[in-house]
Amino acid sequence: MTGLRGFNLSLGGRQVLHGIDLAPAKGEFLALCGPNGAGKTSILKALAGLVPNSPGPDPRRTGYLAQNSQPTWALTVGQVAALGRIPHGDTDERPIAAGLRRCGIEALRNQPIDRISGGEARRAMLARVFATEPEMFLLDEPTADLDPAAAHAILRLLRDTAGQGASVVAVLHAVELAADYAHRVVLVDQGRIAADLSAKDALAAAARVFGMRMGQGPRLLPAT
Amino acid sequence: MNHRPSAVFNTATRPTAALAAAALCAGGASLLVGEGFLGPANWLILSEIRLPRTLLALAIGSGLGLSGAVLQGALRNPLADAGLLGITPAAGLGAMIAFYWGLAAGFPPALPAGGLIGAAIGLACLLGFNGRRLSGPALILTGVAVSALSGAAMSLALTLAPNPFALAEISFWLMGGLEDRALSHAALALPPIAAGATLLLRLGAGLDALTLGEDTAASLGQAPARTLYLAAIGCALTAGASAAVAGGIGFVGLAVPHLLRPVFGQRPSALLLPSLLAGAILLTLADILVRLTPLLLPVSANPPLGVLTALAGAPFLVRIARRTAP
Repeated sequence: MTGLRGFNLSLGGRQVLHGIDLAPAKGEFLALCGPNGAGKTSILKALAGLVPNSPGPDPRRTGYLAQNSQPTWALTVGQVAALGRIPHGDTDERPIAAGLRRCGIEALRNQPIDRISGGEARRAMLARVFATEPEMFLLDEPTADLDPAAAHAILRLLRDTAGQGASVVAVLHAVELAADYAHRVVLVDQGRIAADLSAKDALAAAARVFGMRMGQGPRLLPAT
Repeated sequence: MNHRPSAVFNTATRPTAALAAAALCAGGASLLVGEGFLGPANWLILSEIRLPRTLLALAIGSGLGLSGAVLQGALRNPLADAGLLGITPAAGLGAMIAFYWGLAAGFPPALPAGGLIGAAIGLACLLGFNGRRLSGPALILTGVAVSALSGAAMSLALTLAPNPFALAEISFWLMGGLEDRALSHAALALPPIAAGATLLLRLGAGLDALTLGEDTAASLGQAPARTLYLAAIGCALTAGASAAVAGGIGFVGLAVPHLLRPVFGQRPSALLLPSLLAGAILLTLADILVRLTPLLLPVSANPPLGVLTALAGAPFLVRIARRTAP
């Protein structure tokens, strides 16, 4: 299984990641949380082999969902899901249909992706990851821009997926949601892993580690 | 369990077959249509004039259509075509230098050969400027740079042209056309076009993966830099050889994929073969129109092919602009 050991990353002369040790386990839903610019996306890209010097995983065993990704062309939902078969070099109907079914969008199969809602489009992109049948899911903010009901549905789907033996790593902004659904929460701050916790300890630790920056309400504003 | 191939990956076979048949018909019509009717006595007209012209129209049109489809997919830009890479002006510059130094006067194939050398230098600049880590926006910017450099050099050569007669002759060549092209021209242009088209037709999976962005394409095992490199090389081969033999012919590469998307869908790989066929049809029909114009209208000269394709293509740009407007 792919993992990072003492991984450093510099982009444009600035060190973004400092000695990251992270090995997602099978059957585990791991959430990466932290403030903007903490390095969550960089860690995910390193796991996916998308940054310099990162170990390149087998594309047939890894499914990567980029942040805010939308296809350039108005492919149909079914065509988007079929892109997940590119690493295998086939167009096997079974995993494509299974991916669409798991994400609950089989009925939209022939709809162009620019004619459906944002939540449905996110599900289509997720169905593409499922169609690869990967052992490791690497998902960058799979619930961004989604309403609470849709976000809960996707997180439940991810927990079930991990329950079936895959390892799922997701960047999530809301620590509360992560604590509800993930098995393990990794708090990232300033390019370092600040805490690596079981879900039940995550909320208290997040408040302690991030202090004011991750706090709620008026505490977000600096004191004057 | 159902293991038959997914329907979404089957290229629409019937419309593709229809396009292939139409391309054959256009080629046949191109052999038959022109000044003077064909009889047994006119075998020379057929073999020496219309055959090379038809072969070139089919080959150049297919290369331009295919490279337009590939570049729009590779650059994720609906306005891309081979002209964006600066290869066409580079080929024009090479041909112009061959012309300017009088090489073409003594040895006619020197003109297209100069065009091919110009296109090769343009491609070397394009890839050299980029280095190893190639991305779509960088390729567009360096293409604009190569285009600007070749354009400036061409303008300089035009102002230094020895006599006004040469100036007229050069600008007529730059407008593009297939008049008076011999089988030697076809022999020069067809191999690079065939090689480029073969290369481009194999990029389907890489282009499909790129619809989701360069990071996702890499995660699917389709290195985006490699796809972009091969796309640039293939397009330089087809567009360079086309420009070397026929001058600048615009809008075929831009318009053809847009014409086909309503029928074949938006998936880049599904547009490759249809764009090749439709490009061949479009350019062959345009060239037939060029020949018919003096027969149908009270004009004495044939309009340049590049002018006809631009006239037909400009409305498409307007349509794309109106569609993408918010």
